[in-house]
Amino acid sequence: MDMFGNPAQWLPLVFAALMGLSILIYVCLDGYDLGVGVLFPFADDAEKDRMIASIGPFWDANETWLVLAIGILLVAFPAAHGMILTALYLPVAIMLVGLILRGVAFEFRAKAPAHRKPMWNMAFYAGSLMSSLSQGFMLGVYIMGLEITLFTLVFATITAVFLTVAYSFIGATWIILKTDGELQKKAVSWARGGIWGVVLGLGAVSLASPFVSPRIFEKWFSVPEIFLLAPLPIMAAGLVLALWVTLRHLPDSQDRLSWLPFTLTTVLFTLGFFGMAYSFYPYVVPEQLTLYESASAPESLFIILVGTVFVLPMIAGYTVLSYVIFRGKATELRYD
Amino acid sequence: MDTLLLSRIQFGANISFHILFPTITIALGWVLFYFKLRYSRSGEERWIKAYRFWVKVFALSFALGVVSGITMSFQFGTNWPGFMETVGNIAGPLLAYEVMTAFFLEAVFLGIMLFGFSRVPSWLHTTATFLVAFGTTMSAFWILVLSSWMHTPVGFEMREGVAHATDWFAIIFNPSMPYRLAHMLLASGLTVAFLLAGIGAYRWLRNDKADDVRVSLVTGLGLGALLIPVQILMGDFHGLNTLEHQPAKVAAMEGNWETRGNVPLLLFAVPDEAARENNFEISIPNGASLILTHKADGLVPGLNDFVAEDGTILHPPVAPVFYSFRVMVGTGMAMLFLSWAAVAMMGYKRRGPEGLPKPMLWAMVPMAFSGWVATLAGWYTTEIGRQPWLVTGVMTTEQAVAEVPAPMVASTLFVYLTVYATLLIAYIGVLFYIARNAGAGGGHVGPERPGMAPVPAE
Repeated sequence: MDMFGNPAQWLPLVFAALMGLSILIYVCLDGYDLGVGVLFPFADDAEKDRMIASIGPFWDANETWLVLAIGILLVAFPAAHGMILTALYLPVAIMLVGLILRGVAFEFRAKAPAHRKPMWNMAFYAGSLMSSLSQGFMLGVYIMGLEITLFTLVFATITAVFLTVAYSFIGATWIILKTDGELQKKAVSWARGGIWGVVLGLGAVSLASPFVSPRIFEKWFSVPEIFLLAPLPIMAAGLVLALWVTLRHLPDSQDRLSWLPFTLTTVLFTLGFFGMAYSFYPYVVPEQLTLYESASAPESLFIILVGTVFVLPMIAGYTVLSYVIFRGKATELRYD
Repeated sequence: MDTLLLSRIQFGANISFHILFPTITIALGWVLFYFKLRYSRSGEERWIKAYRFWVKVFALSFALGVVSGITMSFQFGTNWPGFMETVGNIAGPLLAYEVMTAFFLEAVFLGIMLFGFSRVPSWLHTTATFLVAFGTTMSAFWILVLSSWMHTPVGFEMREGVAHATDWFAIIFNPSMPYRLAHMLLASGLTVAFLLAGIGAYRWLRNDKADDVRVSLVTGLGLGALLIPVQILMGDFHGLNTLEHQPAKVAAMEGNWETRGNVPLLLFAVPDEAARENNFEISIPNGASLILTHKADGLVPGLNDFVAEDGTILHPPVAPVFYSFRVMVGTGMAMLFLSWAAVAMMGYKRRGPEGLPKPMLWAMVPMAFSGWVATLAGWYTTEIGRQPWLVTGVMTTEQAVAEVPAPMVASTLFVYLTVYATLLIAYIGVLFYIARNAGAGGGHVGPERPGMAPVPAE
């Protein structure tokens, strides 16, 4: 392995990047699934079926990115995996129950007797809400360095609410993309209502992390970093502005630009994610454990990397295939 | 109860609930692929009707398998951090390959398989069905490699208390892997065979003699009759492999306390671990010796060999292993008799399903879940039989457990059990509901509400 330099140096970094990528893809993709679930009570029965149809062929693969992310944490950074998950024991359990309810409700609401459908709709909503809230809560506790105090709990509760709003926002933009007519109009108004939550949420996380950790403060607010990093918040502000303007003009009678809010939101999420990744690097458990300290043996990581190099492009390829096959406005889902 | 026991119950409950659904989807994927191929070849409606009915069961089972599987991947970290810290260098790549080569494949192509029938060319739909079946089988492969390695670990060395891989070929093709994998894949085939037969019989008894019901009955019973003798043979091979590598487990399965020859085969007994003896034995003389060594006076290992000088017990708890082994074998025997008798009845004068007497059809309905019973009993035999080790000879279960407060584990356990019980009832209920509904109108029009729009199928 000499030809690749010192693998103990770059392998953990590569795996951290892969894990980050998986989390980012998960947040965008399952984010819209969960968001659609959170918006469920605001729709009538026919609209609910259409909302489900818009995510039906995708949600399972979307959720798999979470499995990949947690899998990489498990296999590449085992020490961090144990530390993070034991610290987040209860919110993880709540998230899992939420994901169980959400996933099975998909099937049961269509296959169970008709009079049970409202119950499974409820389970779909409750599951999506539980998952979103607990993921936001975990994000908050993680930012606070996995410490549990009254202050961090309050902060985590706030991030729980904001992440849920952010998910429902990207969910609304997905519905704008995948539907038309009354439901699309409704989704535009949901998105208009949610955009403030997204702005406040991004702001809260961006402001909190540097003030909790002097190290992160240093990374952002010293010269020349402050100038080099300035484009990040400026671009984010520009995206929010563009979203706001677009949402004012939607729905469009020719259905132009219905793809734009979802795309802009994805870019916005990506920017926010890079900001966080920059803040926390090189720590995988904030201020406690770096990714170099917690990485598995280079031999094992190398074995996984070889497979990844071949398999990841294939995964990307057939994921694109499925989005192409099910492109366009969502229609009723049928087996025949 | 302490954290260790609660965590074990929690993981046991989780894995037991989880394994029910992959056990169905692994083989059902291949059965669906078979149905689709038959349809593509012949163009006969009955094959695609059978496909459409069973793909619903597949979708439902797949969803339950996915969500319960995610729970397990998190529980490694929440409850068993010591496992990955010690053997993560080996378990990690195996799990990673499972996610990369199986999970994404099946998840993405499932969407095309379920909803793509009228959107994509037929060959692509058939390919998607194949890839989903292939994905579930790959998933089984990797997870059984890991499970087998935990039973018979090779190809590694310990450095500072952490296992490091030295030979990946040896790790993957570890001594018990081929037997365990074959045994599990056959178990999946049998589970699906009896599910097809059981649901088919249920519909037949309700006077729903549609041609796709015949397909289910004939395919299920034929598959069952074909696989069960292979499984019995494979079980025997697996047992001999276990005798070689994990003699303490075999001693517990046989309920044999002293290492000796001429050991009888216990059909029934009540093992008493405190007194280290059995009560109420019913046995066949020399049976165990004959099965395990093929000689009447062959030496069978005894449990008393696995007690350390200081009294520490190094063999698994006897009663659960002893009983679950008998449940598995008993269920297998019931499968053998039922499937062979049914195939004989259907073959007699070529009467097909019409040749099946009513009591036999009634027996098939509860046997729809016989594969679950046998699979779970088999898993308990082998996994409890590995105790007190988590990875044989490398680390004990106790060394891996997280120091989460017991009440926290207890409360989440309670929640999981409630959710699992509810979902299991809902699953079985819906299975029979769609079976009744299919008979009432080909799955499209419910009897309660005539003229209802086609049921969306997501």
